[in-house]
Amino acid sequence: MRLHTGFKLASTIAVTALLATACSGGEASTTGEDDQSAAGPVDLTFWTWAPNMENVVEIWNDENPDIQVTVNKQDGGDPAVTKLLTAIQAGSGAPDIMQAEYQKIPTLVSSDALADIADDVDDVDPSIAEGFPEGVWNAVTLGSDAVYAVPQDSGPMEFYYRADVFEELGLDVPTTWDEYADVARAVQEADPEKYLGTFSATDAGWFTGLAQQAGASWWGIDGDAWSVSIDSEPTRRVAEYWGGLVEEGVIDNKPMYTPEWNAALNDGSQIGWLSAVWAPGVLQGNAPDTAGLWEMAPMPQWDSAAPATGNWGGSAVAVTTQSEHPAQAAEFISWLNTSQEAVDALVSEAGIYPAYTPAQAGALSAPPEFFSNQPDFYELAGEIAQTAGSFTYGPNVNVAYSAYNDEFGRAAEARSQSEFLQAVESMQSVTFDDLESSGFNVTE
Amino acid sequence: MTATQDAPTTTATSRRTTAGRDGRRTAPYFFLAPAIVLFVVFLALPIAYAVYLSFRTEQVSGLGLGSGARTQVWTGFTNYAQALTDPEFLASVGRVALYGVIVVPTMLGLALIFALMLDSRRSRARGFSRISIFLPYAVPAVISSLLWGFLYLPDVSPFYYVFDRLGWDVPSLFSSNLVIFAVANIAVWGGVGFNMVVIYTSLKAIPTELYEAARLDGCSETRIAWRIKIPIVTPSIIMTFVFSMIATLQVFAEPTTLKPLSNTISSTWTPLMKVYRDAFIRGDLYSAAATSVIIAVATFALSFGFLHLVQSRAFGQEK
Repeated sequence: MRLHTGFKLASTIAVTALLATACSGGEASTTGEDDQSAAGPVDLTFWTWAPNMENVVEIWNDENPDIQVTVNKQDGGDPAVTKLLTAIQAGSGAPDIMQAEYQKIPTLVSSDALADIADDVDDVDPSIAEGFPEGVWNAVTLGSDAVYAVPQDSGPMEFYYRADVFEELGLDVPTTWDEYADVARAVQEADPEKYLGTFSATDAGWFTGLAQQAGASWWGIDGDAWSVSIDSEPTRRVAEYWGGLVEEGVIDNKPMYTPEWNAALNDGSQIGWLSAVWAPGVLQGNAPDTAGLWEMAPMPQWDSAAPATGNWGGSAVAVTTQSEHPAQAAEFISWLNTSQEAVDALVSEAGIYPAYTPAQAGALSAPPEFFSNQPDFYELAGEIAQTAGSFTYGPNVNVAYSAYNDEFGRAAEARSQSEFLQAVESMQSVTFDDLESSGFNVTE
Repeated sequence: MTATQDAPTTTATSRRTTAGRDGRRTAPYFFLAPAIVLFVVFLALPIAYAVYLSFRTEQVSGLGLGSGARTQVWTGFTNYAQALTDPEFLASVGRVALYGVIVVPTMLGLALIFALMLDSRRSRARGFSRISIFLPYAVPAVISSLLWGFLYLPDVSPFYYVFDRLGWDVPSLFSSNLVIFAVANIAVWGGVGFNMVVIYTSLKAIPTELYEAARLDGCSETRIAWRIKIPIVTPSIIMTFVFSMIATLQVFAEPTTLKPLSNTISSTWTPLMKVYRDAFIRGDLYSAAATSVIIAVATFALSFGFLHLVQSRAFGQEK
């Protein structure tokens, strides 16, 4: 019966390892033949979850018969990382090229899964770094001389709101967080069924973006030691602010991405969403009845003299340490993320917001379909993206994020401002203790 | 002549017998081989590997970036000591114990009542009833959790719509006091059918002469159920109890599926969820292996302890 479920974990690992070994056994024998000097084409595998990526890759394959790339579809960011780490531990079975979310890069580098491609990228385009916003480039170098990936898309955060409801209630678009709180109160006063937004304890990336906007950077490299500064003034300020709104009851405390939340977006009970540049696609899917009613504005600010935003989401493309052709792989990922033709295709096929600034204007000429009422959507988005602050992710982002889910889940359920602050403290100690007990050099 | 003829015959015979004896000795192993190979590869080795991992840990040096920054070392019982003193693990054990107290009696009670009702002489549409009670068991736990999850969310649930219309203020089942019932309800809904079929099958095996005799003695249907049916199906009830207890200790799919819908289910809500979080979110296979071993040992101890306890009573007549 289900007697051995406890061991399924172990057997899964063992079986995956066996399968991985078996697969790579075949791969090694074919790739072994075509070393650099041989004329035969180089075959590269590419793990990605971006929709229609195979169509973009086809353009490359047609133009480059010597370097053929095969797309291998993944379920998403988390499962792909789990699979990759298993393959790295097993010693074989990893792809040549791997899509990875920014916050996963330190974890992957720390597990020796990503190759340093600084020299290879430099051969292709020595000035590639200048095309990316500083914060984004920092996420793939971890502030060092190494380059672990080439950025693909980014998710600068913006404020989305129901323009029609705002007009109906006579509300102005909030430009500061104080105004946001006032608008939230006004919305509740006008109609207790309506909320300006929700505090979601299940979306750690969302809260990270809000903290980034306030000026936080949760990890840092200090000489040869990591530092953890989750429990710092900016994060506490953000937690205190949201804890206050939730305690007051003017902001909802239910998670995002639930059937309930989708319904609320669609029927107008949630009339605002602090989200990122990819929000139009989500709104189109979750709230199809509200087409043309939404508008996008910059995030409310802490200091309107120094506008800032955070990032929520976005990913880069990396070369794994198991690739036998890192130079060719680096050539491909540079083309994929910085050439105009590839970026155009990524925008039209995969619907991403490209991180490479020089190619943005050409690729993003028209607003997203769902926001056809806002013709300057991407112009505004481009300006907002430039204000994203720098944020360093550490090697145990997953630990911090799962601590966020647990601690802020409790605080949001309790609707208590003091528990929000307590949650920040707990996140700090859980994250710090985990680094320390793993043996990392770490300072507070 | 005779000698020369005899000699080869003897050799041939003796050779044949040796071959036969060898074959007889190896034949069982040949037939057992598939089972042994499967057992070793898919059960024994993974278990041994998990036990091995549970005594290991990974040490990072410096910043932990680049190759060679991580080394695997022996750590003795540290992982076990950490698991057993971890407040989150202990809390998850307590939660599962409470969950078991809610689920197992409710589920088995309902299963027994349904089985007795189906078995009673007056029941109608037996085939249909049996199938419709059994059907939820065929729905995978993830799917049933999603279905129930939708029904639990006040703003999209038809139930809450009705409550609202009636003017009742029903609290959300996802609130921290009630969420355990929300999860338990899914398990009961999915488990009653299976247990009912097990009990019903053993009810069907009771010879009808017993009932006839009882009725001739003026026994009512209720008394027949109490005095004859339930005592005879006790071994089945005990078996379903053990299965339910094991399933309780391993509850994972339902809370994991409901987790993103609520604030109240943490990532270490049940022991197996903690194993999953340690292994795949924190990337610490070693302490996950240690916790798995603890859960497995506890499961064995509880199951066999319980069986030992009730053996004399339930299976006494079979000895």
